[in-house]
Amino acid sequence: MTKTEENKQGFLNLNLRTKTLLVTVIALIILVSVFLSNFLIDHQAVLTSNFYNINQAPSFEHLFGTDWMGRDMFMRTLLGLGISIGVGAFASVISTVVAILLGVFSSVNTLVDEVVTAIIDLFGSIPHILLIILVSLAFGGGYYGVIMAVGLTHWTPLARVLRAEIKKINTSEYIKLSNEFGKSKLWIAKKHIFPLIISQIIVGVILMFPHAIMHEASISFLGFGLPAHEPAIGIILAESMKYLSMGYWWLAFYPGLSLLLLVLLFDLIGENVHRLLDPQSAQE
Amino acid sequence: MDTLKAENVNFGYGSHQILKNLNFEMNNNQVIGLFGDSGSGKSTLCKVLTGFINDYEGNITVNGQKHKGGYNPIQLIYQHPEKVMNPRWKMKDVLEESWMPDDSLLDEFGIKREWFGRYPSELSGGELQRFSILRSLNPKTKFIIADEISTMLDAVTQVQIWESLLTVARKNEVGVLVVSHDKNLLNRICDDIVYLADITD
Ligand SMILES: Nc1ncnc2c1ncn2[C@@H]1O[C@H](COP(=O)(O)OP(=O)(O)OP(=O)(O)O)[C@@H](O)[C@H]1O
Ligand SMILES: [Mg+2]
Repeated sequence: MTKTEENKQGFLNLNLRTKTLLVTVIALIILVSVFLSNFLIDHQAVLTSNFYNINQAPSFEHLFGTDWMGRDMFMRTLLGLGISIGVGAFASVISTVVAILLGVFSSVNTLVDEVVTAIIDLFGSIPHILLIILVSLAFGGGYYGVIMAVGLTHWTPLARVLRAEIKKINTSEYIKLSNEFGKSKLWIAKKHIFPLIISQIIVGVILMFPHAIMHEASISFLGFGLPAHEPAIGIILAESMKYLSMGYWWLAFYPGLSLLLLVLLFDLIGENVHRLLDPQSAQE
Repeated sequence: MDTLKAENVNFGYGSHQILKNLNFEMNNNQVIGLFGDSGSGKSTLCKVLTGFINDYEGNITVNGQKHKGGYNPIQLIYQHPEKVMNPRWKMKDVLEESWMPDDSLLDEFGIKREWFGRYPSELSGGELQRFSILRSLNPKTKFIIADEISTMLDAVTQVQIWESLLTVARKNEVGVLVVSHDKNLLNRICDDIVYLADITD
């Protein structure tokens, strides 16, 4: 390779990196502002009924229209998305801790590994929605029940990935060679294993968000989730089903679309972060 | 003088016995060729000698000492260098995991400094193999086990690499066990050639 070719490639790489970074930052700003807007919005004002404004179609004044109680759907949707992000964040934290513990545990010996695999398989084999509803009921339902249920059931994919990844790294030839170079177990864990799984963990956490958000919305929609007075998207959607036949399409359309966009944003961030953290796959 | 000794070594994958009662000895001033049929267990022996496989029976010693932790004085150079390098490490880190040779040694092996900033996937097999060899030439190494290390190289590079490796090995008094299917190569560079069938039952 000549010098100029190399420079050019370096430039293109940097460009791609910058672009990815930019997209990620913009997506993050949107998410954070949606979340923060919840603290600035006067919940009381948004959620009290206003009977002069009932069932208005989307306009400049009410971007997403209003519902049968005259509440602004844009504000309700914002609050709903805020709840979704909150639930997603909490679920991700709990699930990540569980996944890391199990993943690291499984590398201790084959017996522990088998137990861990059995636990992962057990949780993975129960239909997820059902599992969430059961755990939620076990925690007494309501806000607390939903958060615990969504949090305690989303660690299986990440735990599985971490277990497999740690196992793969541990049996690789370069780890064996590292042993022959006289490196300690701790050194190997710190220098070889941790840097390889940290990107999996970060990406896993981000990609857990959309799942957790969708599941919370689903069970709220089904009526097993958050209490009916919360402005959660699932509840908004369930309510608006009753009004769809009357032609009030905006009640379901905009909140649903917003939820979809939120989920896609997290996916986008997850993918981009994956590319940023993983220069190898980014070059392929 | 350092002596590498393998006594009554038995090893098999599962119930499939590969090495039966193997006995072998060499010293650090020798370059020995190891020859044998494909699938007869040469690579397996190399892994057993260098600690990559450690659930074997028998004794492998350097000056009567078994290797227990720390830097292994018997180092393996692998046929596939990319497998013994962390794919996410830059070449400088890969090399430094063992040691950092001085400039003259880097030049001897034709290693360019600009390669240091690259990942293993960004170098050719031959270039990676030079790093692999240099890594094993850590001053603490007493024996090098070279398992078909030049199979993937062109004739010119092959000659270059062997010349460099043997020059350094002779100078530092490192014993080399050369595994190859290339009888001409073994005849040319080795003091002696052993057949795997002759050192096992
Ligand atoms: N990890 C493994 N698990 C099970 N069997 C193996 C494994 N590695 C090698 N074998 C088997 O052990 C035997 C010896 O393999 P080995 O690689 O040591 O042969 P070799 O003498 O190096 O052959 P070649 O000259 O083709 O490189 C072969 O029959 C092979 O199929
Ligand atoms: Mg072989």
